[in-house]
Amino acid sequence: MLTCKQFLQELSDFLDESVDPALRAEVERHVNQCPNCWVVCDTARKTLKVFKGMDAHAVPEHVQRKLLSALEKAIADKKGVDASPPVGH
Amino acid sequence: MSLPTTIAPPFDEAELVAKAKAGDSGAFSDLVEHYERRVFRMAKQITQNEEDAEDVLQETFLKAYSHLEDFQGNSKFYTWLVRIAVNEALMKLRKRRSDKTVPLDDPIDTGEDVVVREIAVWDDDPEQKYSREELGEILNEAIQSLKPAYRTVFVLRDIEELSIEETSEALGLSISAVKSRLLRARLQLREKLTRQFRRKGDDALAYL
Repeated sequence: MLTCKQFLQELSDFLDESVDPALRAEVERHVNQCPNCWVVCDTARKTLKVFKGMDAHAVPEHVQRKLLSALEKAIADKKGVDASPPVGH
Repeated sequence: MSLPTTIAPPFDEAELVAKAKAGDSGAFSDLVEHYERRVFRMAKQITQNEEDAEDVLQETFLKAYSHLEDFQGNSKFYTWLVRIAVNEALMKLRKRRSDKTVPLDDPIDTGEDVVVREIAVWDDDPEQKYSREELGEILNEAIQSLKPAYRTVFVLRDIEELSIEETSEALGLSISAVKSRLLRARLQLREKLTRQFRRKGDDALAYL
């Protein structure tokens, strides 16, 4: 059986469901037999869940305006360069 | 129920990138519109500073625009964008730190930070118990407490939901470095949140 320390090393991959079936069974066996690790596993899973629920707020309007005008300038500059006659001919 | 009369065209990243590379600035604007929220959120999380995040947002898209020819299409455009944004955000962090001797992207790995101190079940669903604003504050504070090297990996993998491979590509780190930092970040955040969300009257002794 896995030790608590070994379980902890596998926890992240276990939560991501990226451990192979044999190891997965080992981890599950440990979690079901060790109350402390069960709690750690449960609260780690809830930690990820609560962060995944975070909103991506809209970019504030003044920031968006600044970004767009900076981009417009960059686009105009690039076009200006592309349109200029080749140098040296 | 009525069917919508107009259907927005599906977002095709590869096609928009190809058009933008061919000089279609409208296509580039569509890419900006599609990704600006995520880039801004990522910048805020990594820098933990609104003003810095505004600069990072702008610099990221300006750099992406001016280096568009360099984008080879070996990775997703978004992963490439994330790499630019992370570099900009880390530069901001470096500028703000008075102590510039410790590199932000190279944590001293003693292995001692893979620890579990708080063992307690959580009270009810935190999403039910706290308002969105309160919960947002708690989560931001927890993220802020992480070392930048761990914070960056966590933000990319668990908030922006990049895969381990994409995170490793965006940060220029090996898969094993990403995994090891991710484990530490997750465990540290679990500790912080457990202190906040633990069921009252519950303690570790109950499980020993």
